[in-house]
Amino acid sequence: MGSDYGFYQDLGLGDIYGKVQAGQRLDMVDGLKLFACRDILAVGALAHEVRTRLHDKAAYYVMNQHINYSNICVNGCRFCAFGKEQGDPLAFELSVPRILEKIKERGDSHITEVHIVGGCHPDLPLSYYESLLREIKTLRPSITIKAFTAVEIDHFAQKEGTSIRDVLLRLKSAGLDMLPGGGAEIFSPRVRTMLCPNKTTGEDWLKIVREAHRLGIRTNATMLYGHVETPEERLEHLVALRELQDETSGFLCFIPLPFQTANSGLTGVEPTTGMADLKTMAVSRLMLDNFPHLKAYWIMLTVKLAQVALHFGADDFDGTVIEEKIGHMAGAQSEQALTRSELERIIREGGFEPVERNSFFERVD
Amino acid sequence: MNLALQTIINKIHLRERLNFDEALELYQKGDFYQLGRLAHKVRLQKHPEPIVSYVVDRNINYSNVCICGCRFCAFYRSPGHPEAYVLTREELTRKIEETLNLGGTQILMQGGHHPDLALAFYEDMLSFIKSRFPIHIHSFSPPEIVHFAKLEKISLAEVISRLRAAGLDSIPGGGAEILVDSVRKRVSPNKCSATEWLQVMEEAHRQGLRTTATMMFGHEEELQHRVEHLFALRDLQDRTEGFTAFIPWPFQPSNTAIKKSSETPIAYLRLLALSRVVLDNFDNIQASWVTMGPKVAQVALYFGANDFGSTMIEENVVAAAGVHFRLSKREIRRLIHDAGFRARQRTMTYEWVEAIDECTRAMAS
Repeated sequence: MGSDYGFYQDLGLGDIYGKVQAGQRLDMVDGLKLFACRDILAVGALAHEVRTRLHDKAAYYVMNQHINYSNICVNGCRFCAFGKEQGDPLAFELSVPRILEKIKERGDSHITEVHIVGGCHPDLPLSYYESLLREIKTLRPSITIKAFTAVEIDHFAQKEGTSIRDVLLRLKSAGLDMLPGGGAEIFSPRVRTMLCPNKTTGEDWLKIVREAHRLGIRTNATMLYGHVETPEERLEHLVALRELQDETSGFLCFIPLPFQTANSGLTGVEPTTGMADLKTMAVSRLMLDNFPHLKAYWIMLTVKLAQVALHFGADDFDGTVIEEKIGHMAGAQSEQALTRSELERIIREGGFEPVERNSFFERVD
Repeated sequence: MNLALQTIINKIHLRERLNFDEALELYQKGDFYQLGRLAHKVRLQKHPEPIVSYVVDRNINYSNVCICGCRFCAFYRSPGHPEAYVLTREELTRKIEETLNLGGTQILMQGGHHPDLALAFYEDMLSFIKSRFPIHIHSFSPPEIVHFAKLEKISLAEVISRLRAAGLDSIPGGGAEILVDSVRKRVSPNKCSATEWLQVMEEAHRQGLRTTATMMFGHEEELQHRVEHLFALRDLQDRTEGFTAFIPWPFQPSNTAIKKSSETPIAYLRLLALSRVVLDNFDNIQASWVTMGPKVAQVALYFGANDFGSTMIEENVVAAAGVHFRLSKREIRRLIHDAGFRARQRTMTYEWVEAIDECTRAMAS
């Protein structure tokens, strides 16, 4: 690979190539150069080198189930096709027994993680979520519960009139194992004012996640791109995550999410292209030097592009994902679920070795 | 890197032709980025201008009645089947008028091997179209030509010259599947042999008709058969220079008699790249967004493809096998620009339909 210096120098990326070889951190200016580079293979190969250094040929997946407890949401974010107001004919909320039914419906199938998120519901009390966690743990003691984005935690605290710390401690003692990375969108106040003015600010998102990490609750982190944000704003988002990770080491996985244009309140925004998706994945891998994992979330990327993304910095293929609603209501064209054998075949035919993991990225044998 | 592979890569850099063993070695041992970079380098040597071409046309399937019964086909119906059809003149007229109204320059017209329609039927169809519409007729793949010759008990040369006299402009490269008879005997035992397919093309080229060439891979062939296919095409092209483009795509298994999963994008991109490197006497390689989707088709532009194929105002054969991607001309142009190229509309023979300044202006806007 050392012989590629000339190739990268010709593209104006010689110094970045040198930094990647030496394992040095890239700065904002490097990130901008990478986003501006037209040659997707040049950027991808650098990210692939870093990914290979970290994970060799392993590509991870998890046997999981998604549950959306309710789509009723007070936030009304303009990019969202999932959230509904109370009273909307499409609004739903699931009782705790109904959610337990959904978990039981999977019968004896091997599931290690349940992923639970929902809208910021105006009425449900914190005790509903505590009881949900307890009942699931009673039903399936060995399952990992990854639930509630920082935005939901913020909402629970406000509704309950208590602190973030208190909410997190109560949920943790009820069985919460980990937080997913959602609700981060783009941290930039400019973008949030345009897209999701009622949602937790970027600053608060980071505070809540910092608190979770302090309490020993690991989390993921996401970035929703491809709407109105600039490359600078994407990079500021990545750098903010990198700084928090330096401080806490609490993040497990970063998940870039392409904005889905159908059924959202944003007009004039075109769907993200394969180039934008792969570039964002690759630049994220190169910038986030302290994040162990990057996910190619096939629900949003399509299964086909997710396989390609394993060569552009991603090392995780997410999971079998039963019953996904948020991406699909926004027009995501991917399948609803993949079988384990199909998932493994796609990974293997991509040139990687499928490794089943749990929520904490430990191998499951 | 092993020495053999390094030697092969050096040969490509020196623009030397690969032999069969070298091509197979590169296909089996070259990694994703090696194949991509080599293919893109060869593509840029052939087409230094950063232009990606496309054609505006429509697939018209004059009939789905077919006595071949190929195991990979979801489109055909047996004679007398309730869903069997032959298009009427009115339907044909409407489809061509729509194509011209959308800025189309050609129709790709193919159909099943109808047991009862005489060659005169096709001659009349061609003259009917040519007498009414200024449109290029790209029609009748080699298996259809062979079928006509057998039905009429006349030579291939005579069939081609009669169709040409009636208005045929060029011949599409379909029905090539894999040009190895042991494979054809398994998947399409009633269809023309590899030799016959090549004979039709050689005769067509001799009579001054240009043609394309395709490969449908990922059914019951071995990797080496794919390489044999490429060499059969390269040898014929050395003699005739009649092929305008090569178009590979993976077999789509839904609703067919072959039970197997479809080839993944990574396998597609590898094959595409190998094609670009091996087919040194082919000017153009087309990406297949119809089977791969728009995101992966963009990536294909860095794996040897310099052409985005057709807008496919209508497509029935791949759709019958369960794959339904649809792209407008505007969206195709956006995808090409976004990948870092200028989009330029072409004809079947790769003459430009629009002036270069028009495509530059479109890119700037």
